[in-house]
Amino acid sequence: MPFIANTDAQRREMLEAIGLSSPDDLFRDIPPELRCRELKLPGGLSEQEVHAHLAALADHNTTGLVSFLGGGIYDHFIPAAVEAIASRSEFYTAYTPYQPEISQGNLQAIFEFQSAICRLTEMEVANASLYDGGTALYEAIMMALRVTGRNRVIVDDSVSPIYRTMIRSYTRNFGIELVETLSGQGLPDREAIRRQLNDQTAAVVVQNPTFFGCVDDATDIGEMAHARGALLIVSVYPISLGLLKTPGAMAADIVTGEGQSLGLPLSFGGPYLGFMASRKALVHRMPGRIVGRAADSQGRKGFVLTLQAREQHIRREKATSNICTNEALCALTALVYLSLLGKQGLRELAQTCADKAFYAQRRLLKVPGVTLRFPGRWYFNELVVDLPLPADKVIRKLLQRGMAAGFPLVRYWPEMDHSLLIAVTEKRTKKDIDLLAHLLEAIL
Amino acid sequence: MSTIPQELFYTVDHEWIRVEGDVGTVGITDYAQKALGDITFVDLPQVGQEVARGNEACAVESCKAAVSVYAPAGGRIVEVNAALADDPGKINLDCYGEGWLYKLALASKAELSKLKTPEDYGQIVVNG
Amino acid sequence: MKLIFEKSMPGRRAVQRVPSGVRASARIKPKLLRERPAELPELSELDVVRHFTGLSRHNYGVDTGFYPLGSCTMKYNPKANERIARLPGFADLHPLLPQLPGGEMMVQGALAVLHEMDRLLREICGMAAFTMQPLAGAHGELAGAMIIAAYHRDKGNRKTTILIPDSAHGTNPASAAIAGYQVKSIPSSADGEIDFDQLAEALNDEVAGLMLTCPNTFGLFNPRIKEIADEVHGVDGLMYYDGANLNALLGRCRPGDLGFDIVHLNLHKTFATPHGGGGPGAGPVGVVEKLVPYLPISLVRERPDGSLYLDYDPPKSIGYIAPFYGNFAVILRAYAYILMLGRDGLLRASENAVLNANYLLDRLKPYFDVPVGRPCMHECVFSASRQAKKGVRAMDIAKALIDRGFHPPTVYFPLTVPEAIMIEPTETESKETLDEFIAALVEIARLAEEDPEAIKSCPKTTPVGRLDEVAAARKPDLASL
Repeated sequence: MPFIANTDAQRREMLEAIGLSSPDDLFRDIPPELRCRELKLPGGLSEQEVHAHLAALADHNTTGLVSFLGGGIYDHFIPAAVEAIASRSEFYTAYTPYQPEISQGNLQAIFEFQSAICRLTEMEVANASLYDGGTALYEAIMMALRVTGRNRVIVDDSVSPIYRTMIRSYTRNFGIELVETLSGQGLPDREAIRRQLNDQTAAVVVQNPTFFGCVDDATDIGEMAHARGALLIVSVYPISLGLLKTPGAMAADIVTGEGQSLGLPLSFGGPYLGFMASRKALVHRMPGRIVGRAADSQGRKGFVLTLQAREQHIRREKATSNICTNEALCALTALVYLSLLGKQGLRELAQTCADKAFYAQRRLLKVPGVTLRFPGRWYFNELVVDLPLPADKVIRKLLQRGMAAGFPLVRYWPEMDHSLLIAVTEKRTKKDIDLLAHLLEAIL
Repeated sequence: MSTIPQELFYTVDHEWIRVEGDVGTVGITDYAQKALGDITFVDLPQVGQEVARGNEACAVESCKAAVSVYAPAGGRIVEVNAALADDPGKINLDCYGEGWLYKLALASKAELSKLKTPEDYGQIVVNG
Repeated sequence: MKLIFEKSMPGRRAVQRVPSGVRASARIKPKLLRERPAELPELSELDVVRHFTGLSRHNYGVDTGFYPLGSCTMKYNPKANERIARLPGFADLHPLLPQLPGGEMMVQGALAVLHEMDRLLREICGMAAFTMQPLAGAHGELAGAMIIAAYHRDKGNRKTTILIPDSAHGTNPASAAIAGYQVKSIPSSADGEIDFDQLAEALNDEVAGLMLTCPNTFGLFNPRIKEIADEVHGVDGLMYYDGANLNALLGRCRPGDLGFDIVHLNLHKTFATPHGGGGPGAGPVGVVEKLVPYLPISLVRERPDGSLYLDYDPPKSIGYIAPFYGNFAVILRAYAYILMLGRDGLLRASENAVLNANYLLDRLKPYFDVPVGRPCMHECVFSASRQAKKGVRAMDIAKALIDRGFHPPTVYFPLTVPEAIMIEPTETESKETLDEFIAALVEIARLAEEDPEAIKSCPKTTPVGRLDEVAAARKPDLASL
């Protein structure tokens, strides 16, 4: 039997020792009428057979595509050392560090992760991570409701539609007023937000760069919000923070984001990594695990899970959130990635992505009929182009030629049926970009 | 054995109130602070906030527990013990004195008749 | 150990610059740029590797030693699954690919994993359909509570309350509250089971459902479970199964057959995916037929020609609780595990899990108080009340085990047992390991009688001793900036 250590002889010995004659006696508490007859499952397979089966399924997926897909999840290069470190079994076969004395490795790593997020975003405190960028944004909204005691949240529609859909799903069981403002030209429309801000508003939620790839400085939005006693929540793309103005510098109150771009593979949907940071004054309302420094009776320094009174295992139904897991291994991965890139490396990487996207823009605008949807906006590594044909048609044709040209915005904005969201990372070469332009020229 | 000063009134949720004129000072009892263990954080109410009798006025946290502190009587918060921000341990050391939480301008003295006497509260504590 | 930031050396770097290959230089408006680069450490690759290797040596995993945390099912994580999760055919797939026109046909292998996993879990649990979207157990509980709310809303029922036993894990009431419900706690009786009479009394038309762990957090199987289900269904309430303890029942008993309507599983417990030091996990949720319309978007369905597609349309769905299809790489590992075990392997898993726990219960009974005098299932609960009379508490016993090379069991849970110690050995541990653990606890019990100080001063062999958690909470120091 796979993974069972005890031999038949040992099992007999143990049964005898506890006075039972057969393994079935162990289950005598289960009434016979509640037992199931044999499960309709295949018999077990060897490791070799399982591997062959899964390898065949893996081959059934097309991965050799040249991909310009983004939309919050990005194809960045992962250095080998990241995987080597994250696959140390002392990290990945451990549980949550509730016994700090034998978990100092894990606890210190989380403390360093929290610190790295603070340094990246220029915020004061961060938690040990949340499931993903979307649930992190939802948790930030709930935190703002708790902090202000108010009931109304403004979310701009330039925030990821995937996240907005999640937030609507979560909050429908509460009496929360969710107001979506229409963006203008790829950025939040300040007037629209100003019109919606009132004394019941708990927070204004924006994203930088926006889902359309446009870069913003939300300081003025924050000022508007603060003047009414509301918080500014900003959802960010961490690689972009190698170059862009930080949410801390914009006086954001709560910052969230998706950390997948920090060394996590695309993996068809997960696991990913939500992060959250805020001003220190708000930390008692922050959900999720938090690691803090501590000392023992001899003054030796260490780390512990702290402020646990916020969490579900103590507050139960009054908890700040029901979250029990963080994404510890993913947070470790992100920390290793950021450490390998370092101060200069992250800045260079961000510049490289921006340079390639800029090249892509220039090259694509030379394709007859292709225009920038939001001219006059600044962007980081993602941009929206308008095509002379419906984007769906173009994408289908290009997929057949081995290229995922981008994401069709018509999925979320019906009027944008000719618009294509294109992401460019350091992994896309000049050849890839030239090929995209070449193929578009052939089709359009 | 927990201390139960004779000049105070109590609630079943282990709050005490000292009434002086129209102002009530509120805190948690010796029984409560012992049960909580070392207090790590107090979430005090805002001055000016109105609370009704029985509503949550503030929260107290320790490493292993978090409890709501309710208002023994209705009124308006007129003062909070800001010293607890730096030293929440005052609640453990002197819960009836320096560990006070907040002061209320009482809305109605009639509500005080609903409070527990030291003897009644003593019974509650003994019975667990 | 020094913080990684303290090891930084200005000018040092690990990742080398890759030329962009394009003659283009993006100049973003200065007002939109950060003023200073992020203060990330500057290290060589060797610096980084040494730092984290050092941290890993101050950590303890299942691969290190016995890890008997109650209700966590710290069973061995097969390495074969790690290799499978890294196959480029899975790891390099962008989740938006199937949302492109023509893209679904390019991810048929990945969709097959989700589809087959759904079918396997249906059979294992006796449910009509599963969603893989929830990203953790607690997330699955939340999804379950939202499904309960959607069902009642759709039927026009006015339901306000969810019932939960007082022995339940904290995530249960927290999840119910987030779904908008009030929580009523039902006491356990002396035999460790939910008090049937108090439950019956609490059941009224306002009750939306009952959340149960089965076997419960005492490791006990409630033989009246079907009766309970009937009572709850009698008020059109739903029975919710917290799957944390499914390892006890694998292959021989299915939540669906016990009367449960919704099930959440913890793939990182029962199905051997790594705990990761606190995530990532996965919490698939299964439902009976009448609740299928409420499952989150999206579900994998099969066309007549055998091709698979994602269904985004269910009109009564609770919506999206995750950005995509769930923690795919975690689901993949669990899928491989189920294939490896098969029908018989699952049965042997639960059998050995329950045998190991009962062996521990029997051998340790003379030394520690047992709150409930029945044989257990896959986990056993003790109380250190006897030792506490000598001043040695459950926490002290846990720390003493650390010095003896074991990860401690769960302490102070369930909340209803004073000085609780909850032990779940799992089926992947050998008799020799259990005997060593028993010997260590017997010695600790003896010292608790004869020399309590020897136990209260533990741990003595670790890099740090007991840390002052009160000071850490009073003056939080949460980042190195």
